[in-house]
Amino acid sequence: MHRVLQDFADPFYFRQVLPDVWSGFLINVHMMVIAEALVLVLALLMAIVRGLPGRGAKPFRGLAILYTDFFRGTPLTIVAYAFILGIPGLRYAGISNYSNEVYGIVALTVVYTAYVTEVYRAGIESVHGSQRMAARSLGLSYGQALRYVVLPQAIRRVVPPLLNDFIGLQKDTAIIGAIGVTEAAAQGQNFASSYFNFTGFLVGAVFFIFLTIPLARYTDHLIKARELRERAAMV
Amino acid sequence: MTTGHFVSLSGVTKRFGDLEVLRKVDLDVDEHNVVCLIGASGSGKSTLLRCVNLLEKVDEGEIVVDGQTITNGAVDVNALRRKIGIVFQAYNLFPHMTVLQNVALAPRKVRDLDPKRARATAMELLQRIGLEDKAHEYPDRLSGGQQQRVAIARALAMNPKLLLLDEITSALDPQLVSEVLNLVRSLTEVGMTMIIATHEMSFAREVANKVCFLDAGVICEQGTPEQIFTQPTEPRTREFLARIIEAGRM
Repeated sequence: MHRVLQDFADPFYFRQVLPDVWSGFLINVHMMVIAEALVLVLALLMAIVRGLPGRGAKPFRGLAILYTDFFRGTPLTIVAYAFILGIPGLRYAGISNYSNEVYGIVALTVVYTAYVTEVYRAGIESVHGSQRMAARSLGLSYGQALRYVVLPQAIRRVVPPLLNDFIGLQKDTAIIGAIGVTEAAAQGQNFASSYFNFTGFLVGAVFFIFLTIPLARYTDHLIKARELRERAAMV
Repeated sequence: MTTGHFVSLSGVTKRFGDLEVLRKVDLDVDEHNVVCLIGASGSGKSTLLRCVNLLEKVDEGEIVVDGQTITNGAVDVNALRRKIGIVFQAYNLFPHMTVLQNVALAPRKVRDLDPKRARATAMELLQRIGLEDKAHEYPDRLSGGQQQRVAIARALAMNPKLLLLDEITSALDPQLVSEVLNLVRSLTEVGMTMIIATHEMSFAREVANKVCFLDAGVICEQGTPEQIFTQPTEPRTREFLARIIEAGRM
């Protein structure tokens, strides 16, 4: 037990490695914030496209399905390698000269957009058709019914699973580290290979945990507050 | 085509797959008149209403509303629905909006009123139906009768020229029915044109200018309330009314 503590949780190394892992962790947070913002918007657009009615929209629906099927089925590691190693190798002037971090963010966005599209879609489909019908019967257009009636209800319902996916995304920023961005996990790895001590990983883990827990509690709070406001008093 | 009637259905047929839910229905509704549709569940009352504001697409026949043929595919659906309000059995209020927001949404987004005026108009309507104290509550906090009155106010907020009521008291507890019917009665007094699908026979008898008995997608018999309720000529109408009386509903 002593050996384990010494190797993974040494107080001396803990303090020594802390600044490096912290600076790495800021990169994780940076990648995560940008990717999550992009995913929130892109996945919503994708889910809307998937739900478009009519024959004219069929090719667009098809493309959206193809996209989600492909990227939901592909491991992030493979997509990340493809972007981080593959795109610079193409040597295309416009797209091949960004930093690994940028390609990492793109890989995370591309993969998680596919997951979150499905989450949004489930939310949209969970809103009963009579809501859309009521909106349309008032003269609201398809888009207005979606914007003011369907989506607000759909998005509220999927907040918990959305958060779940975002915790996944936060943690998967570490995969980008393994491929070429010196974020928290990579800093821990560097430290481990220099000092033969793994305390850096513990530091990284602590940072990740402290990032997700407040977010989870805050989401619980939001859901509770809304129920109190909108639902009839519970018996 | 102008018929002189405000709403005119001729030869309207509607199918769901192989099932014909409406068969060659002819029906005229004059302005400021109230037409009640009676008949068993599944006889096509709701479908008929939904065809009039194009929530359902008609397979054959023609519907003319306010001098405009709406069944030829060229009509602006949203513009048509602006002048036709519909209220559903299950209220279908928007649960994420307050009562006031429910009523003000369409005036704001469809009639393009500025938010302040839309709210003021909505508040006036809520006062009219006696629910101004519930303006900032969410629908789920209201009784069924109150929710249904809000749903009527929401439809009225668009100043419709025609109101379709689809069994609006069928989901209500008996003691809540009268508050909703009283509201509808007040609308007849101001001359609102309405088509009402209902199981409330005495109410139909009281407010209708014309009563239509539907059976298996066909208007089996239509006439004045007196005629339908006291001297029905069709055996099926008699049979239906006999069962209603037997059930103590009239």
